[in-house]
Amino acid sequence: MSTGTAGPATLVTPEVLIVGGGPAGLTAARVLAGAHRRRVLVVERERQAGGIPRHCDHTGFGLRDLRRVLSGPSYAGRLVAAAEEAGAEIWDGATVTSWSAEHGAEVTTPRGLFTVRAGATVLATGARERSRPARMIPGDRPEGIYTTGLLQNLVHLHHGRVGEQAVILGAELVSWSAALTLRQAGCDVVAMVTAHERPESYSALTALGRRALRFPVISGHRVVRIIGRDRLEAVELENAATGRRRLQGCDTLVVTGDWVPDVELARSGGLDLDRVSRSPVVDSDLRTSVPGGFAAGNLIHPVDTADVAALDGRHVARPVLRWLDDPGAWPSPEGARVVARPPLRWISPGRVAAGAPPRSRHLSWVDRRIGVPVVTVTQDGRVLGRRRLMWPAAPGRVFRIPSDLFAAASPAGGDVVVEVDGRP
Amino acid sequence: MTPSVPTGRLPDRVDVTVIGAGVVGAAVARELSALDLEVAVVESRHDVGDATSKANTAILHTGFDATPGTLESALVSRGYGLLRAYAQVVGIPVEQTGAVLVAWTPEELAELPALERTAVANGYTESAMVGPDALYRDVPALGPGALGGLTVPGESLICSWTTALAFATEAVERGAHLRLGCRVEGMSRQVEHTVLHTTYGDLASRWVVNVAGLASDLVDGWFGYRRFTVTPRRGELLVYDKQARSLVDRIVLPVPTSRGKGVLVAPTVYGNVMLGPTADDRDDRDDTSTSETGLSFLLEKGATVLPALLDEEVTAAYAGLRAATEHKDYVIDVDASQRYAVVGGIRSTGLTASMAIAGHVTAALLDAGLDAARRRDLPGPPRMPNLGESFPRPYQRADLIATDGSYGRVVCFCERVTAGEIRDAFASTIPPTSLGGLRRRTRALNGRCQGFYCGAEVRRLFAAFQGGAGPSPATTEAR
Repeated sequence: MSTGTAGPATLVTPEVLIVGGGPAGLTAARVLAGAHRRRVLVVERERQAGGIPRHCDHTGFGLRDLRRVLSGPSYAGRLVAAAEEAGAEIWDGATVTSWSAEHGAEVTTPRGLFTVRAGATVLATGARERSRPARMIPGDRPEGIYTTGLLQNLVHLHHGRVGEQAVILGAELVSWSAALTLRQAGCDVVAMVTAHERPESYSALTALGRRALRFPVISGHRVVRIIGRDRLEAVELENAATGRRRLQGCDTLVVTGDWVPDVELARSGGLDLDRVSRSPVVDSDLRTSVPGGFAAGNLIHPVDTADVAALDGRHVARPVLRWLDDPGAWPSPEGARVVARPPLRWISPGRVAAGAPPRSRHLSWVDRRIGVPVVTVTQDGRVLGRRRLMWPAAPGRVFRIPSDLFAAASPAGGDVVVEVDGRP
Repeated sequence: MTPSVPTGRLPDRVDVTVIGAGVVGAAVARELSALDLEVAVVESRHDVGDATSKANTAILHTGFDATPGTLESALVSRGYGLLRAYAQVVGIPVEQTGAVLVAWTPEELAELPALERTAVANGYTESAMVGPDALYRDVPALGPGALGGLTVPGESLICSWTTALAFATEAVERGAHLRLGCRVEGMSRQVEHTVLHTTYGDLASRWVVNVAGLASDLVDGWFGYRRFTVTPRRGELLVYDKQARSLVDRIVLPVPTSRGKGVLVAPTVYGNVMLGPTADDRDDRDDTSTSETGLSFLLEKGATVLPALLDEEVTAAYAGLRAATEHKDYVIDVDASQRYAVVGGIRSTGLTASMAIAGHVTAALLDAGLDAARRRDLPGPPRMPNLGESFPRPYQRADLIATDGSYGRVVCFCERVTAGEIRDAFASTIPPTSLGGLRRRTRALNGRCQGFYCGAEVRRLFAAFQGGAGPSPATTEAR
């Protein structure tokens, strides 16, 4: 990789810069560096690449991309090894502190400062769970409140201890992952609390989870107050329907899910962001609004499973190559948008373009459960497609919509409107 | 009980004891330790500036809106210049963003000329009235309906955490005995000394200075006074994501009322945007919880002043307690017969006025018979780590990273705090004893993810630098 200097920073010029060494970034790196022999640099701010699966110490990873079932840490390890074997350079412990397609990335590492200018950049910075303050839950600020990310980091990577009696806020897939971690840490779950009328995750899993883990799932409730000056003592729960409140004793609270994409760089780089999800708006080739800028993984759909993020990484390789070979062909960001109507919260890809997105699915999020959803796609008053789907739409997890419903959409037309209807 | 830092016994007998190591107590200790005196500082909390001072709005006030002729007006005005100069010497981040006071109703608009006259009476002549066009030009994101405003170009942002720590650090480096986690539970008078009964034993002190903030009326009572009553006034604040910083480049103030300065929107030196504080009188002197009513009140205010702010993520929500009294002015007085001084009724302006208060009370003590000459052997002022966004931070400095790679290892990604800075905090004169203390010295954990990514690693470093034998980090609260 050629180097030079740009002020106090050393200039590095790979063909492709990938920001974020999680499943999406590492998979894109493997494909671009391996089969296509491109010079790829992955910049990862954690001390080890691998992303969130590094600290998800349970099975269920790799099904869709590697066609096998692995634990989180071994899945992460395989992705790193595969990218390295393919010839990608991975910088661990390197933090991108600013990025724009025009000026490249500024990177801080223990070896010094670097400026990375690349022909193409793939942002794969992922998503995080919304913190307790960001959820504006009032009350005291004691020790004992975690996100799942912090909890799993503490328990699996640092073998730290948490409390003895936990309340889990949220009933998404990740919430059950938190329950498993708590059990391993010797902490009882006294309740799982969700504001939704029924748990967000698949009913089968919920039933299974309830049997295996033996704790009550309290639906239709909000946490309205945190109590405990030094150590957490209780949370106050409110029944959303009746307004009735009660205290639930606990010394640990895990606030789970409620994902926000990590868009600091995307935003400073001037990318168009979805008004609701705040994710970069991409088209089916995962191209952002800025020429040479791509986005993949849970940054653009907060959040789907790790293997789905990895398949974004595989998908983005071809458009990246096309751009490197013909930098000039970039669609105008002015084209038709895909607009989600409530109870759909957001949908990705959000821009209409020829071709199908990863796995030929549009990914979306709903705010209320629909057991047998009927999806209707229209453009300029014309129905492009309507279909009853065989899977429910439920809050707390991605609702996948087959992309062939969008096949007739024209980038030159008006906004494409997506609606979902049906019985709860 | 967490061991206090710096460690070591207090001497049995000192010349002066300062009760309270908030920003004002620390400033007083720094001033007194410049004299040829044995000085002790006792603080019930486990860190410097850990009560009222840490939850300040962190504004360096010009004093334009003080009541003219009061001690507060004089000390804020003098303190502004003193602290500004000191900040430059020791490296406390200050940003002169200026402020604009916005009138939203005809009644408020009618008050602006009087406010401008007040500013002049307080010795501040830079203010100017502006119309709505100028307001919206300067703050395009301002909510609709602003009728006019008054500019206060001198109002500045400051880091209140570094200020308190700098004063205390300099006091300790000058030889003052700082004892944290040391609560004064009572006193007895002797002929030559006051004996303070503390959780760490008795301390005989020839002079006592009461800068006990929320407890200052209780300590005052031990000396036989009933001059004022502290009513903790809770102020809740919301800190918004750094991505909101482009919405507002200056402090946006409401027209003040008798209840205080009101809810403001301001950038912070850390690059965030702050909304608050509320003003809510409480009974409990330790209750720094946030409330549903407080937070929704702030959101309502924010929606008027800067509606786009509400679309941004909240990074932190916290509350502080101000030591409000029934008086409109500071209560600073020396009782020569008891060799006792009180510094009470210090409101949110105390941060700005801190150095002037320290000078004022020290002069009063010398007048009252405190016998001490100025030392000639003082060490130089400390250099504090920079927490401000408008000055280079270690992660941006190739020179620093070249000499020590740990300044290139970013641990807290959101706030870009490096391993080197965390290590340095533990090697400093007053190292942290809690995660909260580490937050205030480095900004680690203060960012938007609130520990989702770095919480475990920061805890590991905390334990490692405490040498394994130290206490576990007891609190993570933000401020």
